Amino acid sequence: MFKYLKQLTSLVAMVAVLFTFTTESMAAKKSKTLKNTQKKGFVRCGVSQGLPGFSNADAAGNWTGIDVDVCRAVAAAVLGDANKVKFTPLSAKERFTALTSGEIDILSRNTTWTLSRDADIGLTFVGVNFYDGQGFMVRKSSGITSTSQFKDGISACTNIGTTTELNMRDFFNSKGIKYEPVAFEKADEVVAAYDAGRCDTYTTDKSGLAAQRTKMSNPDEHIVLPETVSKEPLGPVVRQGDSVWEDIVRWSLNTMIEAEEYGITSANADMMKTSDNPAIKRLVGAEGELGAAFGLDNDWSLRIIKQVGNYGESYKRNIADTGILPDRGPNELWTKGGILYVPPAR
Amino acid sequence: MNFKLKDIVPQLITVTAVVLVFGFFTYNAQINMENRGIDFGYGFLSQESSFDVQFSLIEYDGSHSYFRAYLVGLLNTILVSVIGIIIATILGVIVGVARLSPNYLINKFAAFYVEFFRNIPLLLQIFFWYFAALRALPLPQDAEAIFGVFFLTIKGLYVPAFIWQNFSVFFYSIVAAIIAIIVIRIHAKRVQENQGKQIPVFLISIGLIFILPLLSFLIGGVGISFEVPVLKQLATTSFIYEGGVSLPPELIALTLSLSLYTATFIAECVRAGIQGVGKGQKEAAASIGLTPNQVLKLVIMPQALRIIIPPTTNQYLNLTKNSSLAAAIAYPDLVLVFAGTALMQTGKAIEIVSITMFTYLTLSISISLLMNWYNKKIAIQEK
Repeated sequence: MFKYLKQLTSLVAMVAVLFTFTTESMAAKKSKTLKNTQKKGFVRCGVSQGLPGFSNADAAGNWTGIDVDVCRAVAAAVLGDANKVKFTPLSAKERFTALTSGEIDILSRNTTWTLSRDADIGLTFVGVNFYDGQGFMVRKSSGITSTSQFKDGISACTNIGTTTELNMRDFFNSKGIKYEPVAFEKADEVVAAYDAGRCDTYTTDKSGLAAQRTKMSNPDEHIVLPETVSKEPLGPVVRQGDSVWEDIVRWSLNTMIEAEEYGITSANADMMKTSDNPAIKRLVGAEGELGAAFGLDNDWSLRIIKQVGNYGESYKRNIADTGILPDRGPNELWTKGGILYVPPAR
Repeated sequence: MNFKLKDIVPQLITVTAVVLVFGFFTYNAQINMENRGIDFGYGFLSQESSFDVQFSLIEYDGSHSYFRAYLVGLLNTILVSVIGIIIATILGVIVGVARLSPNYLINKFAAFYVEFFRNIPLLLQIFFWYFAALRALPLPQDAEAIFGVFFLTIKGLYVPAFIWQNFSVFFYSIVAAIIAIIVIRIHAKRVQENQGKQIPVFLISIGLIFILPLLSFLIGGVGISFEVPVLKQLATTSFIYEGGVSLPPELIALTLSLSLYTATFIAECVRAGIQGVGKGQKEAAASIGLTPNQVLKLVIMPQALRIIIPPTTNQYLNLTKNSSLAAAIAYPDLVLVFAGTALMQTGKAIEIVSITMFTYLTLSISISLLMNWYNKKIAIQEK
């Protein structure tokens, strides 16, 4: 009996190998990144060095955040397991080089989509997972309640290598205010310097301000001013030149947003298979052959919803429940007064 | 033919290997960049930079070019290196001599300083001086005036600005004084060689450097006035000083930590140099009737310097290269401005990193050449 066991296993292995070869579709052949990811068994994802709500590691090294969830969604779609992600924390300065040099395959690090970044440096933005805008934080005791009270000589702390540095210049120039930019390499030092009183204001994306405020020695002493001085659509980025991989990341994100639109959650996804609505059935893989276009099976989107949840669940878990930005603002669905609107999955 | 095959072959192999390795990496980089649609080129240097820099020695704002931003960073690096080298040298010499002092307290204090500061990583010291100082310094509105005109605050050190009248006359008077001193020194040397007479060059030099500029004030029409910094309110609890010159706390913290750190190594070089001169030299010099000052100036120091200069050159190079840690505390040096912000905004990683590396190489080699020239000048002149 055992004599045959060995032969049997090798036979199974051979069949398995054969099977993988035959099922490897044209798309997978075309996408080097997809093939490499499946071979390695994990998605290589670049995240921030710690921004609560977006990408932040706990003491045990578990990453959470809405940027993290995008990578987890891709892992669920491509590898079947949302935990098969290798996270690489990157500074603002390192992030694009890490992506273009092939060290990571997805950059999901609160990165602003701009024309020059999209066109110039070998990157492709696949979508927006958070609509943000640049704002200013000041000490409550300063009595400042609006940016119109800023005066010549104000010092502003920020990060280098971000759109913030450019927006800040545009903003102060347009108001004709002379300012002192104090730019640090890492966010933690910006917070420490502002907290110590080095700067009168701290400027970055409003979501970032809300998240960093929780790190201050006394968060209640600081307020974020109401004005938004720029558009900051934040979203995941991939390398230019692999359109299949680009599509996979784009539609993994879109799936999460559309799932919320149709009320599909991680809890009810399986039951939705019997829904009457064909759009819902397509999203949970009960109708159509949507995955085939990427070289994935038909349950790819169901796995995303089941393992990661829809966008609303991700937002609630990471941003609302942690007290960073309880109000979704523009990041509400278009059906509920926000601007989250994705093309249909069909 | 003097060359032997066995001499040439290993060298040829080495050269070929080096060329091949570099060629391989260059080729690879080219292919990779082409695949990812990244252009290579230095054209971006003339584009508008559109970001501002906190502290600059030349006129600069975001409407200038990336090349101008590069110059801003370079000058800031040179500034902090030069100030750092000067302070580190003075402090290093004092501490080095103090370590040889027969006075127990001075001796032990110097030893403690050296051991303490050279054994803590520099980055930690920079963070310490920056954030500790930030926490300890008063807000502008609480700052006490030092001598009525200086204000040391969390936002920087504010000093009065000089406002000159006829500055060029003053400048030329100093140039004239320096030229006069050089002429007198050459003359004094010739007089001593020919007639054996000594001219008190040092006293004359000091006199010249004071008297000529003083004359420029009295008869040259040079005037000077001060602009003292004045407190200005920005908001209920937010103030700054206006007028005068402000030195950002980043510059102060960086200079302080670089000098304190490097001075420990220079102190050890100085101690080694002085201890390296034989005891007999001093005794022999004294026995031919030289005064203690002459012994130090003519016998001990020329020999000690020969031992001190080469390792001190290393420390100067280290200080210059270590100044790139500035990026951690927002001092806008070459790395922060050019290899940081400019790199990010343009995405030209290879170009900018190569320029930055080449710049540091040039800086280091310049310091090296200068010190080697000085070293050769004071080396034993074999006749």
